[in-house]
Order: sequence, then C-alpha cells, then structure tokens
Amino acid sequence: MSGYANQATFEPVAAETAPLLQISDLEVGFKTQNGMVPAVRGANLTVYPGQTVAIVGESGSGKSTLAHSIINLLPANGRVLGGSILFRGEEVTEFSKRRMAAVRGSSIGLVPQDPMSNLNPLWRVGYQIKETLQANNIAKGKAADIRVRELLAEAGLPDADERARQFPHEFSGGMLQRSLIAMGLAARPELLVADEPTSALDVTVQHQILNHLDSLTSELGVAVLLITHDLGLAAERAEHLAVMYKGRIVESGAALEILQDPQHPYTKRLVHSAPSLASRRLESAHERSQIAEREAASREVLAETESRDNVLVAENLTKAFPIRGGFGQKSTDFKAVDDVSFALQRGTTMALVGESGSGKSTVAQMALRLLRPTSGRVLFDGEDIAPLAGRDLLGLRRKVQPIFQNPYGTLDPMYSIYRTIEEPLRTHGIGNGKQRRQKIKDLLEKVAMPASTVNRYPNELSGGQRQRIAIARALALDPEVVVCDEAVSALDVLVQDQILNLLNDLQGEFGLSYLFISHDLAVVRQIADEVLVMRNGKLVEAATTDEVFDNPKQDYTRDLLESIPGGNIPLASTG
Amino acid sequence: MLRYTSRRVLQMIPVLLGTTLLIYAMVFAMPGDPVAALFGEKPINENVADQIRAEYNLDEPFIIQYLLFVKGLFVGDFGITFTGQPVIDVITRVFPTTIKLASMALVFEMVFGIIIGVIAGIRQGKLFDSTVLMLSLVIIAIPTFVLGFVGQFVFGIELGWFPATARDASFISLLMPALVLAGVSLAYVIRLTRTSIVENLTADHVRTARAKGLSEGRVTTVHVLRNSLIPVVTFLGADLGTLMGGAIVTENIFAVDGVGSALYDAILRSEGTTVVSIVTLLVIVYILANLLVDLLYAVLDPRIRYA
Repeated sequence: MSGYANQATFEPVAAETAPLLQISDLEVGFKTQNGMVPAVRGANLTVYPGQTVAIVGESGSGKSTLAHSIINLLPANGRVLGGSILFRGEEVTEFSKRRMAAVRGSSIGLVPQDPMSNLNPLWRVGYQIKETLQANNIAKGKAADIRVRELLAEAGLPDADERARQFPHEFSGGMLQRSLIAMGLAARPELLVADEPTSALDVTVQHQILNHLDSLTSELGVAVLLITHDLGLAAERAEHLAVMYKGRIVESGAALEILQDPQHPYTKRLVHSAPSLASRRLESAHERSQIAEREAASREVLAETESRDNVLVAENLTKAFPIRGGFGQKSTDFKAVDDVSFALQRGTTMALVGESGSGKSTVAQMALRLLRPTSGRVLFDGEDIAPLAGRDLLGLRRKVQPIFQNPYGTLDPMYSIYRTIEEPLRTHGIGNGKQRRQKIKDLLEKVAMPASTVNRYPNELSGGQRQRIAIARALALDPEVVVCDEAVSALDVLVQDQILNLLNDLQGEFGLSYLFISHDLAVVRQIADEVLVMRNGKLVEAATTDEVFDNPKQDYTRDLLESIPGGNIPLASTG
Repeated sequence: MLRYTSRRVLQMIPVLLGTTLLIYAMVFAMPGDPVAALFGEKPINENVADQIRAEYNLDEPFIIQYLLFVKGLFVGDFGITFTGQPVIDVITRVFPTTIKLASMALVFEMVFGIIIGVIAGIRQGKLFDSTVLMLSLVIIAIPTFVLGFVGQFVFGIELGWFPATARDASFISLLMPALVLAGVSLAYVIRLTRTSIVENLTADHVRTARAKGLSEGRVTTVHVLRNSLIPVVTFLGADLGTLMGGAIVTENIFAVDGVGSALYDAILRSEGTTVVSIVTLLVIVYILANLLVDLLYAVLDPRIRYA
C-alpha cells in the first residue's frame, strides 16, 4: 500500500491534520550482560505532515536510538519495551518484518549520520540509489537509471551522469552526504529521519547541505525529524524542538521559545554553554594580561636583549607532498601548506581556522616538528627547530606539547592513567618515583580529576575525562607552548565548555601559549586572542579575534562566519 | 594493472634466486655423504664414488655446484636423480597428482567453508553457530596425521566407503585425502567467513541498505556477502601454496605419489638437485597464487587500484 501512497501529490498542510508520527511513552532498552539498560524512557513526540521537528541532545542521550526505533533499525540487542509509535495511525512496533521493509524507504526515509561509512564501498553510488527505486517499485531498468541521475542532480551534484558511475571513495564527504540525501528522498517518503546529517562535515558544506535539504523537503512537503547535538543548528532549521537528556524528552516546544526561555535546568545549561557568535572571549582574560604584564616587567629587568615576546614563530612555512603520477607521468607536488607565516605571543592563544584540507593540521605538525617543512622555518624562542637533534630536540619536545582531537585514539588503551602521565616524565628523566607520584597527583587535581583515577584505564573514562587526561599528560612537562589540534571537536557541547574553561584557566595560571587548531569558529571566539584563517594551504586572513568576527576582511571568512549554525539567533541573556 | 603485474612477475627473479640458494645451501650442509650412503652396507669403492661425484658435480665447491644448477634451470635441465632418472620426469609424474589433490582440497574449503561460515554468521549465537564454532575448534586442535589415520581407518577400512589408499590418484580415491588435507584450513575458512559476516552485518552501510527498504535477502547477498568475502579470498589464495607444499603428511598416509612424497624421499637421499627443483616449482606456485590473490583483491574491492 505504501507504494501508492508515495506517488500521491502532497497538499499543503492544513491546520487540523492528523499527526504523521505520534510517539507516546516510548521505552527502548539495550540488553547487556548487566541486564536491560534503558536508552529511551517514556518519550513523547508528535510530527505533523510537512513539519520539521528537531531532537537535540548530547551523545548517549538516546536521540539516535529513538530515531532508529521508528523504522525498527535498532542494533541486535535493542528492544522496544513499551509505549507506542503510530505512523499514519498505524502501530509500527507491531509491524511484521515484511511490512516494516515496505514502509522503510517508501514512507519513511533515513539520512544517516556518517556519510563516510554509510555507503557500501564496493558498489557504484548510482547502483545504490537505483536499488532504492527498485526495492520500492518506483522504477526499473533504464527508467531507474535515468531517475538516479535526476535524483543526484536534484541533490545538488553536478555531472550526475558521471557521478552515478563512481564509487563512494571517489566522493568527498559533502558529495557522499548529498548522495545519501538523494537516497533517503528517492522514493518520496512522507517522513525523513535525518540523524545528525551534517555532523561529520565542514561548517560551510554543512550550511549548503542543510539549505538544500530544507528547500527539497519543503518543496516535496516531506516532514523531517532532525536529530542533532547542535542546539543552534536545531533552532535554525526546525519549528519545533525536543530536548533529550538521559533517555527522556525533558523539554519540547517552539524552537525560539526554548532557546530564549529554557525551563528545564539541562536545557538552561545547554543554551548557556552553546558556543555561538554572540559569545565572547572567556573570562580570566584580564587575569592573563596581568600575568603577561608581570612577566614582561620581570623580563625587562632580566634582559633587554630579547625585545620581542614571540614564543613560536613560523616563517614562510611551505609543505609539499609529491603525488605519484600515472604511467610515464612525472610526479607533481601538492602544496598542503603554502607560505604561511605567523608569530605566537607568549601567554596568548592563536587560533588556526579552516575547513578540512586547508592545511591547518599540517602546520601544527610542523610546529611540533613531527613533519619537516619543505621550505621555511619554525622558530622556538628565536631558535630554528629544524637542525635540533638528540638532547636539544628532547628539550624542544619538553617545551612544546600537543593535545590531539580524538581522546579515544591518543591514549594507549594498555596504559593505566598513571603510566600515561608518567611516561613523559620518565622519558625526560624528571624527578624520582616519589616526586613523579606527587606531580601526577597535582596534575590530576589541576584538570579536576580525582586522584583515584591513576589506577584506571582509558576505556573506563568518558570522552571528556580522557581529554582531561590528555591535557594532564601534555602539561606534565611544564611546557611553554601547547598545540591543540581540534582538541575539543570530538566532545559534547557541555564537556567542550568545561574543557575550554579548563584550558583557559591553565593558561592564566601558567602563562601557557596555545596554538589552537579548530574548524569551529564559535569555539575559537571563546578561546583565541588572534585568529588565522587558512584556505587551501594559504593564509587568507590574520587579525585579532574581535576584528575577524566583527569586521571580516575576506569573503571566505564571511562565509565561514555565516555558516555557523544558529549564529544569528539571539540567545537568552545568560550571565 | 599490466605494469603492476609485470613488476610483480619480475620480482619473482630475485625471490627465486634467494630461495634456491638458501635451500641448496641447506641441502649441502646436511650431515653425511650422500654418495657414501648409496653404497649402503657395502664397502665404498672410491673409484666409483669419485665417478658419481664427478657426474653430479659433487666434487665442485658449493657455489660452483649452485651456479651449474641454476645454469641448468635456464635451459630446462633439472638434472638427474641418483637412480639415473631425469628430475624433470619425477616432476611431471608427481606434480599433476598434487595439483589435483590441492585443487580438490581448495574446492572443499571454498564450498563448505564459505557456505557453513555464512550460515553461522547470519545465525550468530544460535545453535548452528555454536555447534560449528565448537566443531571447527576440535578440527583445528587435532593434528593432521591423527585426522588422516582416523579417516583412513573408519571410512576406508571399516566402512569401506572410500579406497584406503590413493596410489592410482583417481578422483574417488583422492576424495578422502583431499578432505583431510582441507581439514584445518576449512575450519579456519569457516571461522573467518563467520567473523567477517558478523562484522559486516552491523556495518553502517548495511543499516542504510535496510533503511532503503531492501529485503533481508538482498541486504545479505548484495551488501554483506561481497564485503565479507574479501578477507576469505585472501586467505584461500595464500592457502593454495600451503596445500601444494604441505601435503607431505597426508600424501604419506594415503600413499599418494605426489610432490610431498617425492620431496620427502629426495631429502632422505640428500639429492640436492631434486629437492631444490621441487621447491623452486613450489615457490613459483606460491608467488603466482599470491599475485592472483592481489589481482582478485582489486576486482573485489574498487578502492584498490594498482599502478
């Protein structure tokens, strides 16, 4: 029956229509060794035809589980334990497997979270979309091939003919997500479940894709259930918002109302810590300036030889990677970083902003001397770091420490927390056993972790806790410069807020200098004193944070700023 | 692709030189005088012995012996055995039998291994899966010679379903040896297929395939099976070499006149040329099988392109 329904033309939503999707008192749990673990607890949600509803929550809040239970795509150990899901008035939880398969795709479409892993790498993109058309009896054979190209073009992919014949690995993340949108809408469903459809993408691409999704769904009259962790994005895209916390929907209502007048304490915290354009440099800035002044004063007394206070300087940094040519062709160079210069002042934070592929991480690696520049120099305290070797190099490593993006991947799972933090101390031969133990205790205290953590292992800690450990490890050697490569990108907004505050306080306390690499301008505004904008390996704009945000010089910077989701929505005035 | 293939084939030359030199040196270093052994209980006639040594170049220094052997290889002369039979005759006699045996074993592995593995993977945690897992562990744990003797005794002698020996190398008589030869690898193929299927069943793109409205059958065949077979194919290809060279025990149990038996006899007689000739051919088979796997890999996985 669903095969017919999707061919009907859509009429504008009348005021008194029946709900398309009605979830009431839904309970979903996961079977584990310790019994049933609840993931969704008594959730209620209604979506009307043509409406866009967003579910906002942090990772583990149960928002994806809720979305997947609608089309019965829960993992093998997931079960709907109670409540009901009515789709067009029919109880979905009682559908047979065959009935469910008939509803999927044709009546309820899905745009999944991670575009990189959601297409089968072994089949051509066109074929995978064609499958959807065939499975839902939309078109067959030649007609289906033509329709695939139309759908790809509709999703905003130029050269649809050629694209359909390519494999997923030949696509960029944005193109993959466009294909997945084409797939989700291929059979013209009445409801599209979009599960974090753009979280894995760059902010400008995210903006384009969401715009496109918006216009497509409103054109086709498709209702959208948007799952996201980004409050700003949700408020910008949806009329109706539901905030999920620990499996419950704690607040729901009109998007703007919730944003401007949150009722539930959790929503309040979420709104408060959401980084947006409105937010300013974090507090304790004056504290830092005091330290800087004091330092400057003492330095003046000590020595006048070193007039400038730049701790890390990059001069015309260039990094080229050779690309192997085809048969008989010479290899060509790809310039990942092209003539980049900057100077990081002691005790301040310099942010390096850009999309993926802009070369910002390559700069970080050269600053850490993990990569050798093709040309140009990196100076630490006025000294070129390139010729350093042996003991001198060890000395540099001690003063320049990294914090990387993925706290799950950067801690050795076989090392206890104690061993993780002790390793740099041991490598550099600092202190005896007793002193090290004391030092580790102090470090854990600084990053607000209990001393008992030393006996635990990374897999027993949450993402935020792990990043705290990574920070403690980086600070173990009392470095002067910390290179943070997307250090908070993998974290939930509340945790992100905590870590940013921690980094900021530590800067105030120790006069640390940060080279802060991020794609997230909203975060950058909170932490940075100066901002460098990179694009395709080149530096396009360099100025103080306020200048960049209030008065961007380059179109590209303006694009980046405008792409911040929810940037223009006035938030509740938070203290 | 062509460039890659030719480069791989050219790589065979240093590999072959290296392996033959190594094996030649090992045979040379074996204790005992092979010529003296030929006299058995009788006193050694020094004149005859010297004559034999000269005939087989055994009076030359090691490196000259080796170079003479390599020179022979280039003109297709594998030398002669101590019994006066050209080595090439031995090779043409035993290789077809072993190729037949190994191919049958490989087919067993592919057909039973993949089918059982797929079913076990799909029915993860069910009775079939647990039973298969346990049985495969048992097969892995039992040494081949035990499996061989038990199979020979029960099915060949007691029940009489199969011939107890396979001297004639007929299809029927080779069935039992092939099954025994496949045994351990078969268990591995089952486990590998099952694990791979289980892993792929939870892949994101499989969930997306379901979300598109595909039937469960189509999801399994189109989106799970092909992805899961890539590691299995790699294993099977590498195993072909093992099956060819590793049939010594099985061939001895079932009295198959194959490569394994011939190699075993040649080693016992310290016949350097025979041993090295056979091993050289095995090395070639092994390298070609691996090349085939790598090429097949590119066919199965579009992400892999060889330039």
